[in-house]
Amino acid sequence: MSKSVLIVEDEPFILEALSFLLKREGLNVVAFTDGDGCVEHIQSIKPDLVILDMMLPNRSGMQILEDLRAIDNFSNLPVLMLTAKGQKKDRAAAEQAGVSLFMTKPFANKEIIRNVHRLLGI
Amino acid sequence: MLSFNILVSICLIYVIILFMVAALAEQRAQKNKLSFLHSPIVYTLSISVYCTAWTFYGAVGSAARNGLEFFAIYLGPTLVFIGWWWFLRKLVRIGNTQRITSIADLISSRYGKSNLLAVVVTLLAVIGTTPYIALQLQSLTLSFAVFTQKNANAPSSAITALFIAFGLAAFTVVFGTRNLDANERHHGVITAIALEAIVKLIALLSVGIFVVWFVADGPTEVLANAERMLPKTTGVFTPRWVTLTFLSGAAIICLPRMFQVIVIENDAEKHLATASWAFPLYLFLMCLFVVPIAATGLEILPEGSNPDLFVLTIPLAMGQEAIAALAFLGGFSSATSMVIVAAIALSTMVSNHIVLPLWLRRVQARSPESDDVRSILLRSRRISIVGILGLGYLYYQFTGGTSALASIGLIAFLGVAQVLPALSFGLFWRNATRTGALAGIMVGFTIWAYTLFLPSFDGSFILTNDIMENGLWGLSILRPHALFGINIPDPLVHAVFWSLFLNLFAFVTLSLMTTPKPLENLQALQFTNVFGMSSQRHMPSSISTSEDLFVLAQRIVGRTRAARLFEQKAKEQGKPHGLPDPTSEFIITLEREFAGSVGAATAHAMMAQISGRETVSVEELIAVADETAQVMEYSARLEKQSTELAETAKELRRANNKLTKLSQQKDDFLSQVSHELRTPMTSIRSFSAILMNDGEIDREQFARFSSIINDESQRLTRILDDILDLSFLESGKVKLNLQVKNMGEMLEQSITASSTSYDMSNVDIRLSKKFHDVKLLTDADRLTQVFINLISNAIKYNNKPKPIIKIDLAETPDYITAIISDNGPGISEGDREIIFEKFSKLSSGGAASGVGLGLSICAEIMRNLGGNISFKPSDSGATFEVKIPKKTDNHDAR
Repeated sequence: MSKSVLIVEDEPFILEALSFLLKREGLNVVAFTDGDGCVEHIQSIKPDLVILDMMLPNRSGMQILEDLRAIDNFSNLPVLMLTAKGQKKDRAAAEQAGVSLFMTKPFANKEIIRNVHRLLGI
Repeated sequence: MLSFNILVSICLIYVIILFMVAALAEQRAQKNKLSFLHSPIVYTLSISVYCTAWTFYGAVGSAARNGLEFFAIYLGPTLVFIGWWWFLRKLVRIGNTQRITSIADLISSRYGKSNLLAVVVTLLAVIGTTPYIALQLQSLTLSFAVFTQKNANAPSSAITALFIAFGLAAFTVVFGTRNLDANERHHGVITAIALEAIVKLIALLSVGIFVVWFVADGPTEVLANAERMLPKTTGVFTPRWVTLTFLSGAAIICLPRMFQVIVIENDAEKHLATASWAFPLYLFLMCLFVVPIAATGLEILPEGSNPDLFVLTIPLAMGQEAIAALAFLGGFSSATSMVIVAAIALSTMVSNHIVLPLWLRRVQARSPESDDVRSILLRSRRISIVGILGLGYLYYQFTGGTSALASIGLIAFLGVAQVLPALSFGLFWRNATRTGALAGIMVGFTIWAYTLFLPSFDGSFILTNDIMENGLWGLSILRPHALFGINIPDPLVHAVFWSLFLNLFAFVTLSLMTTPKPLENLQALQFTNVFGMSSQRHMPSSISTSEDLFVLAQRIVGRTRAARLFEQKAKEQGKPHGLPDPTSEFIITLEREFAGSVGAATAHAMMAQISGRETVSVEELIAVADETAQVMEYSARLEKQSTELAETAKELRRANNKLTKLSQQKDDFLSQVSHELRTPMTSIRSFSAILMNDGEIDREQFARFSSIINDESQRLTRILDDILDLSFLESGKVKLNLQVKNMGEMLEQSITASSTSYDMSNVDIRLSKKFHDVKLLTDADRLTQVFINLISNAIKYNNKPKPIIKIDLAETPDYITAIISDNGPGISEGDREIIFEKFSKLSSGGAASGVGLGLSICAEIMRNLGGNISFKPSDSGATFEVKIPKKTDNHDAR
């Protein structure tokens, strides 16, 4: 069974590009576009990897990450944070919150595919 | 009729009582039980030596002859005490800190301890006061004569006067020279004077009450009499009246006896506060019954009666001998108190400034400490007292009964008033010099003598009638009563004007022309700045040994006092069993102590002699004083600079805070811009990479991805345009392209422009017809930009199957408001506050492609146009109001 990746992204075109790239890699891609309810959604579908945007409506990616790490079963879930906010302090805050990998937009397609594979262990 | 013998007995008993009171006071003073003596009431009462026999008897006479003129003599001092207390206070403070012994000493001390100046002032005071003493003797003998008219046994008036003079001299010698230190108060004398002040007041009040309620028929009749009998005054502010007020005001400060009681005998500065109301009150009571007595006297006494004696003759005529005797005692008190205080004041001046310097010169070859200065001083002071009273007696003998004596009161006032410029300016004007003071006093004195004093002898003394008529050497411009050909009808006003004017002129001119000597400079500083200085601190260091100083001090201030001074100093210096070191500070103290006995000039001269130097390194002193002044000035400047610096620092901090805030805003803005640009760039980069590297995508996908790239590129451009537009609008450099345009047309254009990118088939836009009647002077392109933005938003975010957009008009006198409302989802309450902020991403409009700059731009445009844009909460949909000012230029706004 192929691994599943949850993409949390409110920008439709970016979501479309990511979905295209990962599906082509044979991954099972699920999308979510809102900060609200995101943690519950992750808990219910239990993805193998979350690609998380920082700037989301209603609830920021950082908060979602912190909530996620506080839940037992998800403290080790690989989370790739992808953001247009590329400042050093954002990266530091994300690492503090327990992010698995921090990448800035715009990204190189090859790099994100490589990192997804690495995080999924394949 | 009261017999002469009884009268003499009454006087004797009164004098014995005075002696006892004075002796008792001295006794208490020596035991340091001074509570009563230190009271401000005693001080105030002693000031009443101002009211001499001349005022006691003469005020009534003056009222009978000249109407209300006498009142000015009381008004002057009243004004000084009420309005010039600050001047008196400074005078008293200087008197205390500088240990001043007399008015001559004060002026000499102020102008560099000049003995010449002291001598001049002393002579002036003696010449001015001697006739005044004679006047008192005359009043006394006249009042005696009233009781002895029909008594053949009575001695001649000359003999009476001689007895009186002798008695007064004895009293003054006994109580006036008990202490050598003139600065140590004469408690005995002052207490006796205070008692006499009370007697004076009671006597005059008794006569007044007797006259008003027992002779006349109450105040009404008295006033009617006064109206009828007294000469009418021609108005209050006549030149003579003003002159008299001024003159009496000057006299209360400058008369030697007044200076003695106000300044020298002052125990505590705060007594002035009491005196400032109590003394005017005393004067008021003293003049309360003057008019009634004068009017009644004129009414009931035979024509030709001497009005100067009404106070005595009315009770006598009514057979009230007890009241007459009381009145006599009042007059007696007035005369004796004046003579005693004047004699003390003058003897201090004469012995300190004339006798002692002469003696010093005589013994200069020898060492001054070899003679007993103390006994010499005492002797000279006693001889001076006798001499002054002798002079007064002689003067009385030669001029008694003539008009020369009758008018002497005011003449004496003007004589001593010649020191007023030097005195008052000396207290406030640092640049007043000794030369100026000397010149002013001499010029004023000469003019006074020539225009007022000598003419008072009616041609019998120095000034002949010929000179009076034709002027000196026949020069008419030198006529004593019309100097320089200017005719002032009243000789007194004439003399006051010329003497004081030329005095002041000479004083100021010469002060400006001469440079003060160092010591003058120092004294000037100490006098003008008496409230700012704690005490003099610096003095030359090298001087003779402490032994020499001790010997000298013993001679001057007495063994006990000297021993006490030296012991105290030694203890202060931490040498309880030896002599103190002759430090500069100690020498200052000593010189000041000596000054209290022998006057500043003499004390200075003595210290100079013992130190073997003519001037005791005054230059050093001045250097120090100047340095102090410079340091003070410098520190004031520093203080000012530091205040300015603090102010600047505050401004800088404020500016810095503002810049920090602006810099923070700029960082936030850049971060937001970067974020906004990165989002479309992410899609573009990702999809273009897919298109570039992968051959596997089908046509459909190719078209889809290409169109995304295209859209996102346009979005990028739009964002950049908006940012530039907004920063331009915010910069304030926007140049509006104003033109008159129909609002309906503008809105229709906006609707058309908004419709192009959307499917308009279902959209219902309802534009109010009223807009077509409105013309506005505005920047039509900018306003249209706002409308397009709002209408586009209304279409874009509307999720209803049938979107409705209404555009209505509202109008106030100053504004046209376009209300744009829709039936869309509206704006959530939390978002309403931030919609006009830059890059505001609304929670509800997440999927929209807006950057969040549109409404910011609208707000900026409306600000530039002088209007505003606001969101109006409503139940459904969003409502924006665009408020545009009506321009009422020449263009028709409607």
